[in-house]
Amino acid sequence: MIEGAKWRRWVYFYIPLTAFILWLLFPFYWMLVTSVRPDRELYRPWMAPNYAPFWTTHPTLVHITDLLTDTLFIRWMANTLLIAVVSTLISLFCGIPAGYALSRLKFRFASALGTGIFITYLVPQTLLFIPLANIIRNFQLGDTPWALILTYPTFLIPFCTWLLMGYFKAIPRELEECARIDGATRWRAMLYIIIPIAVPGILSAGIFAFTLSWNEFIYALVFLSSAEQKTVSVGVTSELVRGDVFYWGQLMAGALLGSIPVAFIYSFFVEYYVAGLTGSVKG
Amino acid sequence: MARVVIRNLNKKFNEVHAVKGVNLEIRDREFVVLVGPSGCGKTTTLRMVAGLESITSGEVLIGDTIVNELPPMDRDIAMVFQNYALYPHMSVYDNMAFGLKMRRFARPEIDRRVREAADILGIENLLQRKPRQLSGGQRQRVALGRAIVRHPQVFLFDEPLSNLDAKLRVQMRVELKKIHDRVGTTAIYVTHDQVEAMTLGDRVVVMKDGIVQQVGEPLDLYNVPANRFVAGFVGSPAMNFAAVNLAEHDGALFAVGDSIRLKLPPAKAKRLQSHVGQRVTLGIRPEDLRVGSNNCADGLSFPAIVEVVERLGSQILLDVKVGAISMVAAVEPAVKASVREELHLAFDAERLHFFDDSSGDAI
Repeated sequence: MIEGAKWRRWVYFYIPLTAFILWLLFPFYWMLVTSVRPDRELYRPWMAPNYAPFWTTHPTLVHITDLLTDTLFIRWMANTLLIAVVSTLISLFCGIPAGYALSRLKFRFASALGTGIFITYLVPQTLLFIPLANIIRNFQLGDTPWALILTYPTFLIPFCTWLLMGYFKAIPRELEECARIDGATRWRAMLYIIIPIAVPGILSAGIFAFTLSWNEFIYALVFLSSAEQKTVSVGVTSELVRGDVFYWGQLMAGALLGSIPVAFIYSFFVEYYVAGLTGSVKG
Repeated sequence: MARVVIRNLNKKFNEVHAVKGVNLEIRDREFVVLVGPSGCGKTTTLRMVAGLESITSGEVLIGDTIVNELPPMDRDIAMVFQNYALYPHMSVYDNMAFGLKMRRFARPEIDRRVREAADILGIENLLQRKPRQLSGGQRQRVALGRAIVRHPQVFLFDEPLSNLDAKLRVQMRVELKKIHDRVGTTAIYVTHDQVEAMTLGDRVVVMKDGIVQQVGEPLDLYNVPANRFVAGFVGSPAMNFAAVNLAEHDGALFAVGDSIRLKLPPAKAKRLQSHVGQRVTLGIRPEDLRVGSNNCADGLSFPAIVEVVERLGSQILLDVKVGAISMVAAVEPAVKASVREELHLAFDAERLHFFDDSSGDAI
């Protein structure tokens, strides 16, 4: 906390913090207000005498029910969930052993390999989708969930590997050495000692990977074309903007509902997540 | 129970030659302590015995088996680490049972052994706790318990007491000794603390720069150090050193230094015969000095000026200046001495040590 006079605490702590929170939460508030606002208010010109952009006096659920019944939104949610969960699992499955190997095993080119994996993460997706599109077409995976399940790990695995490498390095080496003297092979020492201790790190890598796949836009836009295959991020923006007509109420309802799973997961695992990022292993 | 034999053991980390040709035979049920300053290769030697470090050249035998190529799990050893290395996600019970579970012991046998070890260590009431709920001393006991339950051939200890506070360290040292007497397993113990080495070891191995300086029982190291390094390392406060010339006068041998002139007894003189006329290093233990009469002419005492008086209760440490040399004398608590006082220190001539100036070896 900030020491000294009361005004210092206000000037340096409460006021900046409040401003920051308002700034962060405003888009969500706007999303919420717009999604429950009736159409006649949404399209009211700003110079109208009863123009009130920040609140509504006639809240309605019509946009949300329209979204759920008239569009494929539920299908999109299911698609996104499937793709995000499976690609996260694949990435953790590869990232855990890779991170362990790069942080613990001594082999030639280990550090070069680590850097190489990191560099692949730096290649922008906006360039990478061009060759990937070619591959997807050759394997005839276009317009199937597999197109995304198999391409998301291209950036998720390097990400998980690096995050977990740091976490594994923070676990004292003696724990594993002791386990190996106690009668465990390297594999069993990893399974029974290192991975259980690394659970906070693995969970935060998983949450990050899930969020990244949930929010991913460009691959989903390129590799999926039919409406029933789309993910939330692509479906909402492509199907609810028809020509130059923006269905603002449904768009915002879609965005709001689409961000609920991520928010739910974060709040559920927040303690593990913080422990994972700060890398604390208590002995 | 087994002997451990180390033959011409070497370890190189790239350019650094950390362990140089160590030879050591540890008898069955013996407690051997490796001691030396940090970076002397003692921990590396231990880790090679454990199988945690590969062996550059040489052999390690446990029992009658060469274990060079065996993984740690097949060497039938147990190790206690400096930071205890308790598994943080397991209870004390599971920590102790882990090694037995890995070796597929039957559940009742595991339970019997864990409870037996817990009873030896007095930690029965902690079995369900997690390591983070334990104090330093309790964690230390759990780490010991994890080693004991395995009934291994050899215990390896890597500075197990150095994370404890001073009082607890002394207490655990005594307990460790008792436990060893009770279970009788061969033990190799690494420490940088010479007091721990002297009190725990049946034999002590002093190492420096990857080379074994001397192997012997604690009192032998203290009474007959092989070289200047061992002499200075073993004993607290450390031995005093002074550069002297050996000169003959009236048929007797004298060690003549900056402001001292000590007459040597005939037995000493005989052994030093080959070095007469040369410069050597004289060593006197603080315990072998006492406040003597005011007569230096006989060569049995020398003048000193008191700089600091440290009253420890059981004895007094006098930090004195003898000419330009600083020395420490451990004297009777009854001695009256004050700062800047000049007094005469007498010595036990039979207990003087001499070291070759170039090699450092004892003469």
